[in-house]
Amino acid sequence: MSDFFLYVTVVLLIFLGVVALLYKRNLIKIVLAINIVESGINLFFLTLGYRPEGTAPIFTLAPALSDLKMVLPTPQALILTNIVIGFATSALMLTFAILTYRNNRTLDIFKLRGVEDHE
Amino acid sequence: MSKHLPILIITIPLLTAFMMPIAARVGIRFRNVLMLMAILAINIMLLSLIPEVALNFGTIFYTVGAPNPLAINPEGLAFPIRIILKIDGFSLFMGLISGTVALVAFLYSWKFIKEDGKKTYYFILMLLMLVGMIGLEFTNDLFNFFVFMEILSISCAALVAYETEEKHPPYAGYKYMLISAIATSFLLLGIGLLYAQYGSFNMDYIHNEMNHSLLDKMALIFMLIPLAMKAGAIPMHMWVPDTYSEAPAPVTAMLVTASQASLYGVFRLSFSLFGNPISSISINYNSLGWVIIILGVLSMFVGVAMALVQHDIKRLMAFHAVSQTGYMLLGVGVGIAVYAAGDKGAAFESFGKVAMIGGIFHIMNHAFYKGLLFLTSGVIVRRFGTRNLDKMIGLAHRDTFTAVAFIIGALAIAGIPPFNGFASKLLIYESVYKFSPLLSIIAMFVSVLTLASFVKVFYSAFLGPRRDDLIHNTEPISAGMKIGMGILCVLVVLMGLFPEVVIDVLVEPAIAGLVTIR
Repeated sequence: MSDFFLYVTVVLLIFLGVVALLYKRNLIKIVLAINIVESGINLFFLTLGYRPEGTAPIFTLAPALSDLKMVLPTPQALILTNIVIGFATSALMLTFAILTYRNNRTLDIFKLRGVEDHE
Repeated sequence: MSKHLPILIITIPLLTAFMMPIAARVGIRFRNVLMLMAILAINIMLLSLIPEVALNFGTIFYTVGAPNPLAINPEGLAFPIRIILKIDGFSLFMGLISGTVALVAFLYSWKFIKEDGKKTYYFILMLLMLVGMIGLEFTNDLFNFFVFMEILSISCAALVAYETEEKHPPYAGYKYMLISAIATSFLLLGIGLLYAQYGSFNMDYIHNEMNHSLLDKMALIFMLIPLAMKAGAIPMHMWVPDTYSEAPAPVTAMLVTASQASLYGVFRLSFSLFGNPISSISINYNSLGWVIIILGVLSMFVGVAMALVQHDIKRLMAFHAVSQTGYMLLGVGVGIAVYAAGDKGAAFESFGKVAMIGGIFHIMNHAFYKGLLFLTSGVIVRRFGTRNLDKMIGLAHRDTFTAVAFIIGALAIAGIPPFNGFASKLLIYESVYKFSPLLSIIAMFVSVLTLASFVKVFYSAFLGPRRDDLIHNTEPISAGMKIGMGILCVLVVLMGLFPEVVIDVLVEPAIAGLVTIR
């Protein structure tokens, strides 16, 4: 049952992120929206790998074979990788936002529209 | 040494990338030579794989970390647990394109990019782009695919915004990174849906276990649409003109190849992951073919229609890149639709396979002639100091070499005989005509419009009286730039004169890598 609520949370988080992506006009808020989508996906992987009452998947801490119940290690490794990648992505996007502000004096995508067109 | 060739092709550029700052301390020339050596080594290693993979239609599996990495199943397990690289004809085909274009782009950047404090970082990012492309083409592991896709996207975005003090490039980089972040996030969601069902990230394992449930169809959509978006297919093309036009010219040439790498993802996905036409419970494979055909026709037509009205030379070329991507999607889409329609024997052998050969051959041709055109646009834009076609005139008096290179590229993209674009487009026209005459007529019409718009560019930029007062920058074209453009010119002409050699040696194994049913 708890799984069900987790999956609902995943869908809500991703949906929230996509809505924010579609409706927010500030470059920095868009970065936050991407982060929300990424958190939703991380939670999705975490839920996939979770086993109720399972132990941490560490070889030396493994319990006896009779009650061997561990959470899946691969999704956790993936989440770590995805967090690092998400960090790099947001850092880079925020850098671009700063540079865009410095060069154009605005963060509003509606005012930046057509920036490429003139010349 | 040769045992570890597949992983070395990925690790050598990766390690060289992070050695660049140290090399730059030793000397600028040393840094450049080191990078040249690394890229040449990659190309030689890729070429050395041709006999085994392409000529013998073989497939190399490399299990990372296993004691005997080249064995098919080194630990005798029932399912794969380690990261596995798989090099079949299609991977090698794409790898060769990436390697060649990277070499050319590097030679071009040698003098083209100004030698300031940032240039070392430029080369680092270029090598990381190469790592990303070759990695995602060689991997057989979905999560690895995602990671390499991110390496590729991040380094691409940073290179697009390379000229940070200019007004527009940072915003173009932001757009590219935003599109990539959305695309890769949803790609990962699709991968998660597959992992949830099959408990593995190995593509071949999932392919064999696939039961084509509703979740699989959702995963297909979550993976296909982002990859098509990153390949620049209409209606997800809005980022292409912005990023392609703001990036430095050699980077744009590599961006074309990076988009082709996403296209590789689309094809790999529709064949090696979801394509199981033999089984009776397959996804409605025919409709997948039609989705790809419709994406292709739309890209072709809308791309060229948008290109006709452009006055900005790089935006014009970028819209043509969208349009040409349509040909590849059309060719391979027709192949899938014929393959799925039932009779695998006669119809597929007679024209479905030819359509696929045309579509996949066009990937290579496009990477080369489009790279060439973007490189010439670098010279043109630098000379006039503007991208506006209305403010250019008479460059042919000054830069004859660039003019010839531009003619070769423009005729190739329009599909005029002795050049390579003709070879692949003819295959597409012929075979698609047997499938549906209307699609073939649209394809030919688009080709005519392509020629029209490149005639416009040639007329405005190169012809007319010599006007030295409009020339903004008079420094001569360096040897590296000439060699870079020259390599691509020679390849474009040779592949147009002897297309059957390329098809036999590279394209046929690529098709075999895609449609083999295990």
